[in-house]
Amino acid sequence: MKDRLKLVVFLTVIAFIIQATVAFAQSEGETADSVISEQPVTPPPKPVIVSGEDIPNDNGHKLKLNWEYPAEWNDSIVRFEIYRADSPDGDFRRLGEAAGGIFSYLDIGSKKKDDPNYMPNDQNLYYRVDAVSKSGVTVQSEIGGPFQTSGQWFHKGKVPVLIGVVLFAIFTIYFIRSARKGKDLYIRPLAGIEAVDEAIGRATEMGKPILYVLGIGGASDIATIASFTILGRVAKKVAEYQTALTVPCYDPIVMSVAQDVVRSAYLEAGRPDQYSDDLVFFVTNAQFAYVAGINGIMVRDLPATNFYLGYFAAESLILAETGNSIGAIQIAGTDQITQIPFFVVACDYTLIGEELYAASAYLGRDPLLLGALKAEDWGKAIAMVLIIVGVLATAFGWDAFREFLRVNL
Amino acid sequence: MNAGKLLSYIILAIVVIAFVVSIALKGFLVTVGAFLTLFIFSFLYKDNPYYKFAEHLFVGASAAYWMSMGFWKTMVPNLFGKLYPPMVAWAVPALKNNPAQPLMLIPLVLGILLLMRLSSKAGWISRWALAFIVGTTAGLNLVRYLRSDFIQQINNTVFSLYVTNASGFDLGATISNVIIFGGVICGLIYFFFSKEHKGAFGAGARTGIIVLMITFGASFGYTVMARISLLVGRMQFLFGDWLGMIR
Repeated sequence: MKDRLKLVVFLTVIAFIIQATVAFAQSEGETADSVISEQPVTPPPKPVIVSGEDIPNDNGHKLKLNWEYPAEWNDSIVRFEIYRADSPDGDFRRLGEAAGGIFSYLDIGSKKKDDPNYMPNDQNLYYRVDAVSKSGVTVQSEIGGPFQTSGQWFHKGKVPVLIGVVLFAIFTIYFIRSARKGKDLYIRPLAGIEAVDEAIGRATEMGKPILYVLGIGGASDIATIASFTILGRVAKKVAEYQTALTVPCYDPIVMSVAQDVVRSAYLEAGRPDQYSDDLVFFVTNAQFAYVAGINGIMVRDLPATNFYLGYFAAESLILAETGNSIGAIQIAGTDQITQIPFFVVACDYTLIGEELYAASAYLGRDPLLLGALKAEDWGKAIAMVLIIVGVLATAFGWDAFREFLRVNL
Repeated sequence: MNAGKLLSYIILAIVVIAFVVSIALKGFLVTVGAFLTLFIFSFLYKDNPYYKFAEHLFVGASAAYWMSMGFWKTMVPNLFGKLYPPMVAWAVPALKNNPAQPLMLIPLVLGILLLMRLSSKAGWISRWALAFIVGTTAGLNLVRYLRSDFIQQINNTVFSLYVTNASGFDLGATISNVIIFGGVICGLIYFFFSKEHKGAFGAGARTGIIVLMITFGASFGYTVMARISLLVGRMQFLFGDWLGMIR
């Protein structure tokens, strides 16, 4: 019994000694680790401000700051903080930050003197870039500068636009003058417009109304403006034939203009008594509610002819399909490329893109519109020549031509 | 009472009962949304009183909503709030300390001019405001469109028709560039209005319209896919939020 007791005591002592040894070894290791972690961390190097470039072709108040930083430290830097002051020893104001690995910053200042971010033109500006490492250590660069910003009166990057505007203006004025002098400016027939008279005649014979939808554009949308001219022509014919006309509008200003257009057309046709403001009315400003309203008008009034001319969006197919289901002859036109396919599949005639503008000139025969259309054709001819010459120039490795046609914003 | 009328009353009774039961089970807003959706869908069958009800509600509510939004989101903060900020401080406190902008008198005057059309005698004055709106926008758009739709497009079409990559001649990119180049030229020919489409010019125009139609076909399919997603959204509402069949 005593031997067993001695054995237990012996084993316990041995176990204690082993445990104590292990514990001592571990504590030694931890101490060593803590010694390592307490060693001073190598601070990241300072960023070096290289340049401050004034952004060209602007009104000033904008500068691109560039700095350099050793590539081997890229992974250790979380961000760079950018500061600006009016003098090297002035009060540096924090502007923003750039992520680690990015070595430039676009400083867009304010031109208002009472703005805290005010950035004067033609005055010395000084910058400082602070690198912030993952361990939280921040290192400031030397003060960079002086740099200056300046404004320009002329945007050299937009010279191609200026040339284009001047050329187009010259062509337009020339052709308008030619048209006014009585020169016959040919416009090829457009199937959709040739069908207008037939469509109005059909409605008259059937004793049914004509529905004219101007779309969901505003009065200043080009497609809506073109549509007004066509509406004038349609309204005049309608007045002559004494057919009913319905023009539901999406926009109150469009409605106002449309009322004027229709009133003038009725007057021109010698039927002012038949005009009523109720012919052109406002439905709603919500796109799909407008569609629901027009669909209701279609299925209840059963118009013989539907015109969809103007700016259209997602409602185009809903309108055209409903019109198709009631058996109306449909003439559509829009400059919205994504909507033209829907009109093509569901309407009898579709004016594709610019044909809508051409149609207004074709119908109106107004020298202003004819001249503009002729000028557009010349513009297209110039575009074709420029493309062909540009492709040839690129083939021969002369990229300057393409660069000349690049518009810098 | 004829059979048609009787059927109508029966359908109305079923709709009313279903509406009441749905409110009890799913709540008012979800039920109203679901029933209005079904009413609008009923147009696919034919015009009916339920569609008419939804249509008139939709048109009336949206017109009123946009009028209200136009006043509170446009006129109050952008006109009154800029002309004389203290005037709208009770509605938009954030504007209280903003400086007054006398230039906003110009849109105020233009707006009043537009309203003159309500007068039969002075209605013509409204044309001045309209002329200002249309003329200004047309002038601004001329430069914008010339830049983005004309010069930038020309620039984007100027490329090499013979494309090479690291491994030499790139047949796919070359074919792609040739098609784009030919398509653009033929498309431009189609949109020539002051010359008859005859002979070689006519052949170019015909090729142009073929290119356009192929493009429209692709656009059609792409857009239909997007529209289907709208339908899916409505179906999820009906079968998920309302009927609870989709979890």
